[in-house]
Amino acid sequence: MIPAASNAAPGSASETGTDKPAHDPAWRGRITATVLALIILWPTLVMTEFKPWLLLDRQSLDSTWRFLSAFFPPAHSSEFLLLVLDATWQTIAMATAGLVLAMLGAIPLTLIVNEHLSVSRMGSGRMSMPAWLVRQSVRWLLVLLRSVPELVWALIFVRIVGLGPTAAVLAIALTYCGMLGKVYAEILESSDTHATDTLLRNGSGRLAAFFYGTLPSAATELMSYTIYRWECAIRGSVVMGYVGAGGLGQRMDESTKMLAGSEVSTMLIVFVLLVAAADLVSKLFRKGLE
Amino acid sequence: MLKLRAVHVRHPSSSRQASGWALSDLSLDIAAGEQIALIGPSGAGKTTLLHTLACAYRPEQGDYTLFDQQPWAISDHARHALRRSLFLAPQTPPLPPRQRVVTAVLAGSLPAWSLGRAIRNLVKPVDPVAAWEALGRFQLQHKLYSRVDRLSGGERQRCGLARLILSDARLLLVDEPLSALDPTLASQTLRSLQDEAASRKASLICSLHQVELARAHFPRIIGLRDGKIMFDTDKVSDEMIAALYRNAAVDEHAPAIELPDENCAVDDPRCF
Repeated sequence: MIPAASNAAPGSASETGTDKPAHDPAWRGRITATVLALIILWPTLVMTEFKPWLLLDRQSLDSTWRFLSAFFPPAHSSEFLLLVLDATWQTIAMATAGLVLAMLGAIPLTLIVNEHLSVSRMGSGRMSMPAWLVRQSVRWLLVLLRSVPELVWALIFVRIVGLGPTAAVLAIALTYCGMLGKVYAEILESSDTHATDTLLRNGSGRLAAFFYGTLPSAATELMSYTIYRWECAIRGSVVMGYVGAGGLGQRMDESTKMLAGSEVSTMLIVFVLLVAAADLVSKLFRKGLE
Repeated sequence: MLKLRAVHVRHPSSSRQASGWALSDLSLDIAAGEQIALIGPSGAGKTTLLHTLACAYRPEQGDYTLFDQQPWAISDHARHALRRSLFLAPQTPPLPPRQRVVTAVLAGSLPAWSLGRAIRNLVKPVDPVAAWEALGRFQLQHKLYSRVDRLSGGERQRCGLARLILSDARLLLVDEPLSALDPTLASQTLRSLQDEAASRKASLICSLHQVELARAHFPRIIGLRDGKIMFDTDKVSDEMIAALYRNAAVDEHAPAIELPDENCAVDDPRCF
């Protein structure tokens, strides 16, 4: 149906004998897709009681204003800044340690999941049953790891190892292992496989084929995604601070409870700086790998 | 050394329902040290034949014997070990753009290396002299430390072939090694490939579009058309060549023009 329509499109003026080109065959599909998307989205807005105008009524505006006006000027006594610095350092350490542990888990799992490194698949296009089972079970392990939110892991670990950063580090390590593993696998599977396939066809080992065929083209993307996840881990460790895992989050929890807007604003500024720093690091790494 | 008996091969990506065989009822014997040119119109099955010989495509029917073993009767592991003794150079050079030439060429030794050595080679090339000499056979020494994406199409093609020198394979399968080279480089490159094959007593099977080069350089020429062997001989007459390519131009031409149109039609509604 569609090919017939668009075959007529290019030379239509001369072919159909009219002085207008035929209708754009893609137009109807686009309209249908838009209408369908709206029809699907509407119930979700109703379900979530999405009423943005509540933000704008008198009472909410007043309370928002009271809280926000306390933000300025940000708290800047040297005593408080030292406290924030210490908490920031703890947050960065939690995020970094958690992410490194997550990578240690994710990299081997990704290599197992990667279907392009299957030797049994070569030739027939079908993977052998045991190989398929192993890949599938690792896939499910990754799903399991990332489907439990890090906050829930943190709550569990706070019970086990007690209050403090250890719980946050373990929680980040588990959840992010699942996320990194999934996205690494997708990056590797969408990268060009010609080089890897050829190396495998000439009898190279799988890991060698991976290092020489896949990694050179996928390295920048893997790197920038990892750094983005590090950024997410910083935010995540802040959230976990609210359940007693230490770091900036715990300070922020205390300050919000005391309604100390100026302290909250100082810490928000620190977040912005941290994210900006992660962005810069990512850019530098990408440039280095280009 | 290798034997194909009544082999039927389908391209792995084509569906089961599509009835066309890429190779049908094909039998072939190749002895150690033979040098063979594979010619035929586009789409005749030259690449599929090379991939079948490389154990990259599994025949659906028929037997394949390579170095006295049946690759599809033995275990995955044993077959992969068998692959070390062959080298397949695909038509498009399999080189990652961000890799350096020296690394790409030394990757030819990967099957013989341990993983530790392979990783060490990524940090610092373990045998740059070997890569340099291999590149020298193809007039490319000066590109040793360049990156692959800085090479021209012809340079990339020769860089891919230099990898062949580093492997210790006894069966060399080369798919259109000359497609991006000018006539002078083409005959030099072919000479280097043949010398290398002769010096290590390996069999060389080379698919070519340059019929004249094939006739001038190869003692045995196989003409392939529609997945069947039209001739397999040491003396190719002009009539045989004419028959091999007869009407092929017309047959090939029609789909070649149709194809982009068709692709457009399929993609059109989705490209914004």
